[in-house]
Amino acid sequence: MIFGFPLLSLSIWLPIIFGLLVLATGNDRNAPLARVVAMIGAILGFLVTIPLYLDFDKMTSAMQFVELSEWIPHFNVHYHLGVDGISVLFVILNSFFTPLVVIAGWKIIEKRVAQYLAGFLIMSGLVNGVFASLDAVLFYVFWEAMLIPMFIIIGVWGGPNRVYAAIKFFLYTFFGSVLMLIALLYLYVQSGGSFSILEYHRMPIPMTAQILIFVAFFMAFAVKVPMFPVHTWLPDAHVEAPTGGSVILAAIMLKVGAYGFIRFSMPIVPDASHYLAGWMIALSLIAVVYIGLVALTQTDMKKLVAYSSISHMGFVTLGFFIFNAYGMEGALVQMISHGFVSGALFLCIGVLYDRMHTRNIADYGGVASKMPMFSAFFVLFAMGNVGLPGTSGFVGEFMVIMGTVNVNFWYAFALASILIFGAAYTLWMVKRVVFGAVANPHVEALTDITFREKLLLGILALTVLGMGLYPLPFTEIMHTSVNDLLVHVARSKL
Amino acid sequence: MSYLSTLTPAYAEIFLLVMTSLILIADLFVTHPSKTPTYLLVQFTLLGCALITVFTHEPGVIYIFNNQFVDDLMSDVLKLVSYLAISMALVYSRRYLILRELFTGEFMVLTLFALLGMMVMISASHFITLYIGLELLSLSLYAMVALQRDSAIASESAMKYFILGALASGLLLYGMSMLYGATSTLEVTGIADAIRQGVDNKSLLAFGLVFVVAGLAFKLGAVPFHMWVPDVYHGAPTAMTMMIGSAPKLAAFAFVMRILVDGLQPLVVQWSGMLAILAILSMAVGNITAIAQTNLKRMLAYSTIAHMGFLLLGILSGGIDGYSSAMFYAVIYVLMSLGGFGMIMLLSREGFEADMLNDFKGLNQRSPWLAFIMLILMFSMAGVPPTAGFYAKLSVLQAAVGAGYTPLAVIAVLFSLIGAFYYLRIVKLMYFDAPETHVPISIQPDSGLLISINGLAVLVLGILPGTLISVCAVAVQKSLMLY
Repeated sequence: MIFGFPLLSLSIWLPIIFGLLVLATGNDRNAPLARVVAMIGAILGFLVTIPLYLDFDKMTSAMQFVELSEWIPHFNVHYHLGVDGISVLFVILNSFFTPLVVIAGWKIIEKRVAQYLAGFLIMSGLVNGVFASLDAVLFYVFWEAMLIPMFIIIGVWGGPNRVYAAIKFFLYTFFGSVLMLIALLYLYVQSGGSFSILEYHRMPIPMTAQILIFVAFFMAFAVKVPMFPVHTWLPDAHVEAPTGGSVILAAIMLKVGAYGFIRFSMPIVPDASHYLAGWMIALSLIAVVYIGLVALTQTDMKKLVAYSSISHMGFVTLGFFIFNAYGMEGALVQMISHGFVSGALFLCIGVLYDRMHTRNIADYGGVASKMPMFSAFFVLFAMGNVGLPGTSGFVGEFMVIMGTVNVNFWYAFALASILIFGAAYTLWMVKRVVFGAVANPHVEALTDITFREKLLLGILALTVLGMGLYPLPFTEIMHTSVNDLLVHVARSKL
Repeated sequence: MSYLSTLTPAYAEIFLLVMTSLILIADLFVTHPSKTPTYLLVQFTLLGCALITVFTHEPGVIYIFNNQFVDDLMSDVLKLVSYLAISMALVYSRRYLILRELFTGEFMVLTLFALLGMMVMISASHFITLYIGLELLSLSLYAMVALQRDSAIASESAMKYFILGALASGLLLYGMSMLYGATSTLEVTGIADAIRQGVDNKSLLAFGLVFVVAGLAFKLGAVPFHMWVPDVYHGAPTAMTMMIGSAPKLAAFAFVMRILVDGLQPLVVQWSGMLAILAILSMAVGNITAIAQTNLKRMLAYSTIAHMGFLLLGILSGGIDGYSSAMFYAVIYVLMSLGGFGMIMLLSREGFEADMLNDFKGLNQRSPWLAFIMLILMFSMAGVPPTAGFYAKLSVLQAAVGAGYTPLAVIAVLFSLIGAFYYLRIVKLMYFDAPETHVPISIQPDSGLLISINGLAVLVLGILPGTLISVCAVAVQKSLMLY
């Protein structure tokens, strides 16, 4: 706590309370008010997370800003919050994105504005809860609850096939989660009645149970990441979601799954994690290579970026399961970088979609001559997606590949193919959309980005470049936690 | 005086009986069709019962009427929730029934008699008392379903309900008589003692157990004894469906507790195996069949079956955790089903029952607040946090895993995953689809306020469930102290 303020609680509850206030503004007659209230809430929500970074003690891997009080005494459930060097980054990342999606939906969303903005604010608070929870039930509550606003956002403001996508999204992720719930209950019983995640980190578990628990966790987290072969919900959800929904899905939701692996799977069942690491690496490599090839054939821009996300997240899971510092830190950097880059790409696609109402690559061509400013941003983010040195995408990919070379040259070889495929599908898309002759009268009529859009893309461009040129602020904060996590995971718990 | 003072634990029942008889007479003088005086008198009676129950509460377990009637914390808590549920049900049903000319004195008197039956069931510690309570409840409910005489479908469902209910009572009675034959007593605790000391005729005992469990499953609506549930829920006027589907589940829970847990505790291995089969079948058939329904009342009927499966899972897990989780589940279930049926009645108009799924299309555009309340209720029934339904499921699953029934718990969550689909469909209809009609929704202040409180209670209990869980745990612990 800083100055007596429970910062983590504020970062969770401020957005939720503001979300409820926004809901209370009622129907679309009060839309301007709803937007202003939402903006204030989003910015305040981000501001309270800044001290989390500034006052963070980088020397320890212990939980910081801890809040602990009783919640459900009968089950020994606590309201237990805290962040270490890993989760603190995601709390900030998530809070950073909330104002951006509010701005992104400022003009675009015209029906049921209050509900739309409230959905994002409430979700932002819930996601912070996921990253900050140190109690398994609390974690699970936030984990599941965040599905509800996303379900509504996709289903109400989404594209033509939104209902299918929303229900698929919900049931897929719900399926994964319920098995995790059983695993958590098993741990509760085995630990003699504790839901503390840190307690689970310490307690010994026999091998068979470890494997079963790993599988249950895998179901929950792999669906969210998403890993091959449970990734099929993501392209549907992305394509149908409104721009803000896609941004949050790509930038935040996918990270929640990967975070689960390092907070739950690896430290709680380290032996099973080692035992099954081969499978995880195999699935990750399939995601990287196969999904990369799938991305190459997409005709819809959003789908292409969605598949590219799956491919990049393969990188992340591989980085975790090679169990070395380069791999894990690289994976974490990649998670944050991918948040910025894919979020920005979805915003760019949103900019185009708002003007042309199509996401088909074939409907574009020669955008650069009509929207030069936009095209500059778009190309920059595309380069970030490719992993060009100097952008944030490069740092994470380079670190993971370096870590992988230490383990197995051929893994690294396959992994490096993402650089080629990634460049191929991203640049090919850029070529067809941005460059070339003006394709049709609709493109001819395009106008360049407005101040609001410049602001959005400008902020993201700065972060992508900043992180690419000077990644130290990101890596130094996670360094101690990552090292201690690796030491912990290397120790057998049998 | 000394005899009267020994009756303190039954004062609430006696008060209710006296008041019901008075209301039966007083109602003759109320001529206005809105029946406001009678209605207020009934609500006053419920309040009086609640006060009596609270103020006559004594710690410990007290037996009266020669061990026929028991008063413990569990019975008091269940009775209080029952009063609340009946009172809420009356608020919800009032306008609905007035518009259908069913809001008569008989309806209210039958409701109170049903409540009296529930209270007797909750407090019974003797097979005869249990049976009397059950029949009082069931006969009142049969009559209530049949109140809408000019409706063929209501009469049909009343008939089905009566015949199948009578069959179930017969099974139960037959089982009880066999248990009597095996143990030569009808007292709940006496039976447990007799079985512990050894019974000569084991097969008689076994048959008695099977018949009793079958009878209980009939009353709970567990598969394969569930056939009556969808038809009765569907056919009865919604207000009556609510009366059948809400508070009586508490009584049914108490009934199971008294017979199986108190009376047949020594046979726990045998009956928990039977309950496991009933629980799995209920969850499977309930959740899968609910998907195919187009009528919301029918869908909620199948969802009830699935919920009863979960409740049985809690009971068969055993121990304080298991029984208290089942009790918590029953309380939360009653709260959710009141909200669900209340919503149907709120949206219905004169000559229009809002009981088809499509009637909920675009509700978010017609009334965002009601849609939000229904959203909470549906997610709660699906067991998604942060709603009370999640903790109900969580506590049952925790008890099941703790008792070593992890595979059962896995099956249960997989079926509740299937169940999530049809609850989501309601949310989908309300939020994603365009309304079919733009008839304004007229909300009465009382029922409108109540549904808001009801929905928010489900949400608040989802954020702060600790107290209610502890109350259930303490209640079960106190009443099981003897064993």
